[in-house]
Amino acid sequence: MTDLLYSEEEEALRAAVRDLLTDHCDAAGVVARVESDAPHDPSLWKALADGMGLAGLLVPEDRGGQGATHREAAVVLEELGRAAAPVPYLTSAVVATEALLACEHAGDLLDALASGRRTGALTVGLHTAPGAAFTAVRLEGGALHGELTGIADAAAADVLLVPADDGGLYAVEADAVTVTPQASLDLTRPLARVVLDGAPGRRLGDAGPAVRRALRAGAGLLASEQLGVADWCLTETVRHVKDRKQFNRPVGGFQALKHRLAQLWLEVVSLRAAARAAADALATGEDVDVRVTVAQAYAASVAVRAAEEALQLHGGIGMTWEHPVHLYLKRAKADSIAYGTAGAHREALAELVDLPAP
Amino acid sequence: MTDAAELLRRTRELLAAQPPATTGRLDFLRARFDAGLAWVHFPQGLGGLDAPRSLQAVVDAELEAAGAPDNDPRRIGIGLGMAAPTILQYGTEEQQQRFLRPLWTGEEVWCQLFSEPGAGSDLAALGTRAVREGDHWVVNGQKVWTSSAHVARWAILIARTDPDVPKHRGITYFVCDMTDPGVEVRPLRQITGEAEFNEVFLTDVRIPDSRRLGGIGDGWRVAQTTLNNERVAIGGMRLPREGGMIGPVSRTWRERPELRTHDLHQRLLRLWVEAEVARLTGERLRQQLVAGQPGPEGAGMKLAFARLNQEISGLEVELRGEEGLLYDDWTMRRPELVDFTGRDAGYRYLRSKGNSIEGGTSEVLLNIVAERVLGLPAEPRTDKDVAWKDLSR
Repeated sequence: MTDLLYSEEEEALRAAVRDLLTDHCDAAGVVARVESDAPHDPSLWKALADGMGLAGLLVPEDRGGQGATHREAAVVLEELGRAAAPVPYLTSAVVATEALLACEHAGDLLDALASGRRTGALTVGLHTAPGAAFTAVRLEGGALHGELTGIADAAAADVLLVPADDGGLYAVEADAVTVTPQASLDLTRPLARVVLDGAPGRRLGDAGPAVRRALRAGAGLLASEQLGVADWCLTETVRHVKDRKQFNRPVGGFQALKHRLAQLWLEVVSLRAAARAAADALATGEDVDVRVTVAQAYAASVAVRAAEEALQLHGGIGMTWEHPVHLYLKRAKADSIAYGTAGAHREALAELVDLPAP
Repeated sequence: MTDAAELLRRTRELLAAQPPATTGRLDFLRARFDAGLAWVHFPQGLGGLDAPRSLQAVVDAELEAAGAPDNDPRRIGIGLGMAAPTILQYGTEEQQQRFLRPLWTGEEVWCQLFSEPGAGSDLAALGTRAVREGDHWVVNGQKVWTSSAHVARWAILIARTDPDVPKHRGITYFVCDMTDPGVEVRPLRQITGEAEFNEVFLTDVRIPDSRRLGGIGDGWRVAQTTLNNERVAIGGMRLPREGGMIGPVSRTWRERPELRTHDLHQRLLRLWVEAEVARLTGERLRQQLVAGQPGPEGAGMKLAFARLNQEISGLEVELRGEEGLLYDDWTMRRPELVDFTGRDAGYRYLRSKGNSIEGGTSEVLLNIVAERVLGLPAEPRTDKDVAWKDLSR
């Protein structure tokens, strides 16, 4: 049976990541940073990837990584979600890394990503579900041509993994293309437009299986990030309603609020089980498709509702730019589209568990 | 400490001494109890061996493989799940010796006389009176929602022994003889057509003081043991995928393509996902218990399953279309066993309405989660320091 708990080592990892984020990723700092020209936090990313070695969790030791599993990466993502941290962990250390792991000729690029020396991004739109169609660029005269949009964290990447119309996946240096930020709903995971105008690329392997594997892992582990987002929203809201007094009593004593928060707690607890089941399945390779799909069909509604409830129950302060709850609302809403909507995953599930459409 | 190997040795010894093929069912069950293999975590001499509870599975598997009879636990769930742990914790040695063996073998069925027409969620407000007369108590009152009352030999009963103190403090816990001439059991027909429950009228029922469990006025505390065990039992079943209420509707969907619509498909998939997540949540709770880190999720599981059972069975009635307008059987019956997933979709729809009421309403459970798990302020209490007799009713 699936192990749905956290091991002692996983709890120690969580504590270490949380300590780092407490010191280097406070909410006020994130709110200020996301409006600057550099929304990503390179020093935090360096501390996580290089300092703590977390970028290489999914890479075997003999290929330059830590030889850990998706279970540990999921714990890191829970904490990053809880902090709405503007670092390219999911896009580089999970999605780009998984794509490289599927490629025959990844070469030393895998080692470079695993060690945190370089940061990668797969140039498939963030909204793309595992198994869905994606845009490929033109390969013409040995160079790549085309325009791709909705590429998450492309601005923080120094190497792009680009699917081309010959069916190959190519490594392209970021300075050989034009990356233009797009104004994004989620300020902490900004999207960009990538224009290739005769960019040179190195063929890594076949794009189809690499993209499928990358998006499936991304979708499965995104559930843990969504759990972190939801958990922060619940915890902060409970703290707020205990503290906030109106009508001469804490507003958290009103039954209308108590019941809403108890209901939300139940959903967060349920999401934890679903997210652990998905991470464990990715780690063991058992029952992966159903567990990832179930987690993604469930997680979005919980994370979005947690953020929406957090905003509402914070009252007026929740509507201000200064209070960080909007970072979580925007992350939760964007996550509900990332790697396929809940509806897309339900549709996939219909086939997986033999509940066919009419 | 008794380990797995020792339990296995004792189990095989029992099977050799009392071969199931040639031993009567009751004789075998009694011998099993006397061998300490009934509930291994109970003390020696009371059907156990002071062994870890998790090792019960070792004994059960060996006995099942040998074709040994079991004690039909679903028929005697109240005795096993609620009366026994309470008797073990609060009973005198004499009470434990008298009650536990026939309770476990099923020779004596137990029921629970707790809820009253005027005391549901506010159980501590109960008004059934017990008045001391020499070495007896004389009990008068009315209880309700009593399953198995018509077949029970004994009942666990809470009654008011002191109306002059606040409600939680004036309650005492008894074992009531259901064959006492003052006990009258009437079936209580429910919306499904059957009568799974009873009303029990108590008129000058005489209970010897030797059948009191715990101290006089201490009944509320004793009852917490009973009620905590009830909620563990309700939320704690282990299920395979599609093992609960989602199973029948999924099978109907697969077998009856002519019933499918797009709207029903969307709703079915949502509920399938929620049922699977609830199953995983229950599994995670069990893994925490096994690892010795019990989480607060237990309080939530009953909430989740109540809502899911209701929504899923409601969807199935609708899915069945014309057949959904029919009902299998309205005949008044008194079933001995209740199977929430049994019978037709219509029955399941109606029966599951009780899931958010029995064993603690969903509204009360949400309060419990909010206060005990999230630490939110308690509901204002106007009844705390008021004598029971002065409460408004």
